[in-house]
Amino acid sequence: MLRHRLIAAVCFVALALSLLLASPARAAGEKLRVGSKRFTESYILAEIAAAAARSAGAEVTHEQGLGGTALVYRALEEGSIDLYPEYTGTIAEAILHTEGRPDLAALRAALAPKGIGVTEPLGFDNTYALAIPAKLAAARHLVTISDLAGAKDVRFGLSHEFLGRSDGFPGLAARYGLGRDHVEALDHGLAYEAIARGSIDVTDVYSTDAKIKRYGLTVLADDRRFFPSYQAVFLYREDAARRAPAAFRALAGLAGAIDAGAMIDLNAQAELDGRTFASVADGFWRARAGEAPVVAQRRSSLFRGILDVVRTEGPRHVGLVALSVLLAVLVGVPLGIVASRSRRFGRALLAATGVLQTIPSLALLCFFIPVFGTGPLPALAALFLYGLLPIARNTAAGIEGIPAPLAEAAAALGLPARAQLLRIQLPLASRTILAGIKTSTVINVGTATLAAFVGAGGFGAPISTGLNLNDTNLILEGAIPAALLALGAEGLFAVLDRVLIPRGLRLAEVREGGG
Amino acid sequence: MIALVGVAKRFAGKVVLAPTTLEVEEHRCLALLGPSGCGKSTLLRLILGLVLPDEGTITVLGTPVTPATSEALRRRLGYVIQDGGLFPHLTAGDNAALMARHLGWDEARIRPRLAELAALVRLDLALLARYPGELSGGQRQRVGIMRALMLDPALLLLDEPMGALDPMVRRSLQEDLKRIFAELAKTVVLVTHDMAEAAYLGDDIALMRDGHILQRGTMRELLDTPADPFVRDFLRAQRAPWDAEAKEETPCSATA
Repeated sequence: MLRHRLIAAVCFVALALSLLLASPARAAGEKLRVGSKRFTESYILAEIAAAAARSAGAEVTHEQGLGGTALVYRALEEGSIDLYPEYTGTIAEAILHTEGRPDLAALRAALAPKGIGVTEPLGFDNTYALAIPAKLAAARHLVTISDLAGAKDVRFGLSHEFLGRSDGFPGLAARYGLGRDHVEALDHGLAYEAIARGSIDVTDVYSTDAKIKRYGLTVLADDRRFFPSYQAVFLYREDAARRAPAAFRALAGLAGAIDAGAMIDLNAQAELDGRTFASVADGFWRARAGEAPVVAQRRSSLFRGILDVVRTEGPRHVGLVALSVLLAVLVGVPLGIVASRSRRFGRALLAATGVLQTIPSLALLCFFIPVFGTGPLPALAALFLYGLLPIARNTAAGIEGIPAPLAEAAAALGLPARAQLLRIQLPLASRTILAGIKTSTVINVGTATLAAFVGAGGFGAPISTGLNLNDTNLILEGAIPAALLALGAEGLFAVLDRVLIPRGLRLAEVREGGG
Repeated sequence: MIALVGVAKRFAGKVVLAPTTLEVEEHRCLALLGPSGCGKSTLLRLILGLVLPDEGTITVLGTPVTPATSEALRRRLGYVIQDGGLFPHLTAGDNAALMARHLGWDEARIRPRLAELAALVRLDLALLARYPGELSGGQRQRVGIMRALMLDPALLLLDEPMGALDPMVRRSLQEDLKRIFAELAKTVVLVTHDMAEAAYLGDDIALMRDGHILQRGTMRELLDTPADPFVRDFLRAQRAPWDAEAKEETPCSATA
């Protein structure tokens, strides 16, 4: 019986490892990893770069939507990606933290010692802008940002990043004398919905944003020239350029190739027409080559989409959960045993549980990026930590919950401590321990959807893309399989309870339950 | 067989056993009698090394009980607690054979030993395949006794073994225990608060109260020459059912 369980456990590990590590075999030749931030334009530019590199024969992976500037830049610095689309103003402010407005040559000079290069500008400026519903603007005669200073009741709904950076709202408010009474922070992906519902009046947008038209907004003129230039470029690792010269030659062809109107159009194809980023990029290259556009590849129906997501992201998601829970069991059960032996350690463990559960999942994930880079590793580390504590706590509780006479009876037989633990205490606590493992698994099925934000893939990938595109179908394509997986995990544990828990223990609980 | 010299124990500052000196001779059954909380169970747990004394020394089978010696000593002691103390995740047979298996006995040795013990405690051999949850209270207690006897210990320590049983089952088990003690010539320490049980099974009796042994002797000696008013009161408090008109007030009615 014990041997069977051991074999089952080993199979489980092997399965989890193979699922996690399974990746398509790589051909020889140039390899390039392209990253992107979490918004449409970044995805599209990254796909355009990826297509360019592929056309030059390189093998390209696209780590989609890694996060905000700090996260993606860090991924570039430590080499988990080779290049990503960036904007000159962002480089100056958010990466180099420079005062003033350095030109491209100054940015290159500042980044060169870090081994990071800047391509030629792609041809458009995507600067920050403030957008307001066209009707409201007309009714209140709001044309410039200066006009806002007089309209004290206008409600601002601004993204966290814009609120935080000095070239964002703080500087803007100072320059224009804007009041701060009606300022609300919200996720950029939700701002348009908020403005459409009328819960906010003004939000920060990017000047090439396709949704400006869709939502009937108008951009207020930056009459005092506060916003710096945000020319689109690619940031890349110098070593990658040396490693993949052909791909970088192809990339150089993008200099000046996309103007603002073209970029708005590309953004609109993805966001308004529901085309995939890859097909938008493909259309861009076909148009440049003078080829007729192929029939636009639209995102598929919800059902097909779910099937696709399950097929492409399912193994990764299940693998992340299975491996993280397995590691959590391997560490959590011994921790719980120690906690059941030492009151002080037990209390510390409980306190640590409380603290850890208050850290937002996304913060914990990001915390591991400096240590593990992006991809599955930081996700695995964070999921492991989340899974660890319910298991450790339940192990301790299960052992402490053994009636004192039974625990003494085991000792009184003359069983050595180790045998008491293995033959008596752990089996008696097995049901509680299994319940802890179930809790961890269900938590991790949900939390693993956040893994996509650090480039680990899984069912969170379509969710994060869908959030940025405000595409409910895409969100559901990730959310439904994740929910089904959580239900499946519940079912699996009901079966495990039947198989793993000694029959006598279930009888005992029925007897106690029945009085 | 067992010798306690000046053994005392406090829990959280409260004296549960005052300095006690006590000896149990071979092949005798000593009944520790007294109300709940008088220290009699603590005395058994001290003998087993489950708790360590604050003062004094305990010698069992010629060996001083210390953390280093107690594990080996326990294998030479049989310990039975209320309701058998069986592990619910193991079948009755696995409970009884737990220690033997741990010591590496093979099945060819275990099976006849279980059959022999089942006959001794008058338990249907087929019941050994059941889990404790599927047995009656009396059956569980018989399995508990089998488990205690499995390694043929020289000493048996019984802590209120009949405490959870109804009167008829209790009576039948008491008779079986008396027969087993005699047949196997074990040295026994029996903790009980039932005077009749102490008188029936014990060769002599130590009456305890508040961590002190008030008197040690045969039941006749305790009845005829009580060393303390409490001895007389405690023994009187347990009235026979036919003794309905005896309605004296008792200062301590710590009876079953």
